[in-house]
Amino acid sequence: MPIHEKSLIRPENLVTHDDLVIDGVDVSGHWSTFIKGRSVTDYNEAMQDEIAALPGGENIHRCWQCGSCTNACTVNAVNNDFNPRYWIYLIRLGMEEELLRDKDIIWQCVSCNKCTYACPRDVMPEGVMKATAHWLELKGHTPKSPSTIFDEEFTRQIIKTGKIEETRVITRFFRGTGQPLRQNWLEALIVNLVKRFPVFYLMRLGLSVVFRPKTRGWNKARHAINEYVHEVEEANRKALGLGGEGAK
Amino acid sequence: MPDDLKKVAYYPGCALEGTGHAYNRSTKAVGKELGLELVELKDWNCCGAMEVKNIDPKIQTYLSARNLSIAEDMGFDKVMAPCNGCYHNLKKAEYDLKNDAGSKEVNARLSGKAGHKTYEPGAVETIHALDWIKQAVGEEELEKRVKNSLKGIKVANYYGCMYTRPRHIFPEKDKGPASESTSKPHFMDDILGAAGAENVDFPLKTACCGGAHSLSDSDTSTKLVLNILEAAEACGADVVATECPTCHTGLEMHQMRAEKVLGRKTNVKILYFTQLLGMALGLSAKTVGVQENMSDSRAFLKEKGLG
Repeated sequence: MPIHEKSLIRPENLVTHDDLVIDGVDVSGHWSTFIKGRSVTDYNEAMQDEIAALPGGENIHRCWQCGSCTNACTVNAVNNDFNPRYWIYLIRLGMEEELLRDKDIIWQCVSCNKCTYACPRDVMPEGVMKATAHWLELKGHTPKSPSTIFDEEFTRQIIKTGKIEETRVITRFFRGTGQPLRQNWLEALIVNLVKRFPVFYLMRLGLSVVFRPKTRGWNKARHAINEYVHEVEEANRKALGLGGEGAK
Repeated sequence: MPDDLKKVAYYPGCALEGTGHAYNRSTKAVGKELGLELVELKDWNCCGAMEVKNIDPKIQTYLSARNLSIAEDMGFDKVMAPCNGCYHNLKKAEYDLKNDAGSKEVNARLSGKAGHKTYEPGAVETIHALDWIKQAVGEEELEKRVKNSLKGIKVANYYGCMYTRPRHIFPEKDKGPASESTSKPHFMDDILGAAGAENVDFPLKTACCGGAHSLSDSDTSTKLVLNILEAAEACGADVVATECPTCHTGLEMHQMRAEKVLGRKTNVKILYFTQLLGMALGLSAKTVGVQENMSDSRAFLKEKGLG
């Protein structure tokens, strides 16, 4: 079994002694080598199967912990708490509590697929990250992430019309996540554009509001996809033991 | 010139009708200038971008399969998608329909209910705008057609994620020197090189710009973009050439955001490779839509004698 690495050496697990002498050696003070003893008894044995049942998580059992995914990871380079290999390890062991320490960053996977490119075992770690983020939300451990809110709005519009109209996705996304639309960098971009070609941009904006892009003859496809989405949602909830019509 | 590349089906995708309109305009203009014909797919739909797969990957496969079946119905065996997202998704649908029984089953069911033919893999090949220009025209011919060489312009060619990853959905890549490489792609370098550009040795060709979370996790995206832009400048590049509307707008947006939020300004210009190529072929900056870009490269281009 791989060494349980740095995660045990956390401030709250360090033991500090004001006055301790062992075999005549003074080891008082703050030593990272003294770690609280612990035993884990609350393994969540269903966790791997549940995540494997969600889209993207199917191959998690193939992992042999080489670490190629974390080594290649784009987000890990920005934030080294983002560690796909470690999370896969925790999921496979069922160490839910340990995984939940990182619950608020798992959704940040940018889907660059470097991990999937590097993985020698076809685990498809990118899919596993998405499945894990999805699992956390379905289980109620985290609220819907900004990414999920964006994905849902985007998908809703495609199902409705067959196409995407960017301004609408963006404004609805900002509203859905409670962010102000007026952000100085966004304003600077828009002002620059409009200043350069006021007539062109105002016309294009106006046109896209009046003539929303849509695919002709999309009706039947819309019904078919809606029906299927409903089916998938039911199946996902069932796999996680959440019952039928839960709160979404 | 291979005959089947002279006239191909064209799948612009949603981004090219919106923020990436300059890419649409310049791709069409370059095609026209080179004597290549594009026939837009009739009543195409969105490919699902990077979002629908997170709801369910099989819906995404269906969305792309519907577009492929339209291309087949129109009598084409090649469809060209200039957007990396579209290109990637059509390729992935082709792979999944060939290799995954579940995807095949859902596609058949949804196609049946939607009332159109079920797409069978193998009928239509998806190519990128880079494949299209490189294979239909080639460097030698391009060199002959250049009227306004890009000589003296240092370019960092940026390919992003979806053009090369994951490897298994691109069976034609990594097949020797003439084919595209997934680790060190070179088609854009070849094309712009033929147009006279000086390609810098850029190590972040396939780095990620954080495009999937451009808005939902802006801080991460800004860091990733800044890294790409600063690396390009360190390599001596004047311009980052792009071939994907998501990368392109991501770079432009976060170049501005890095300046306004982090106080880190970069001066490297961001242009679609079709814009650079178009200007080299003698088209004006306006014809290739330079004015539609969010970042302003007009003064730079003028100084270099382009546009």
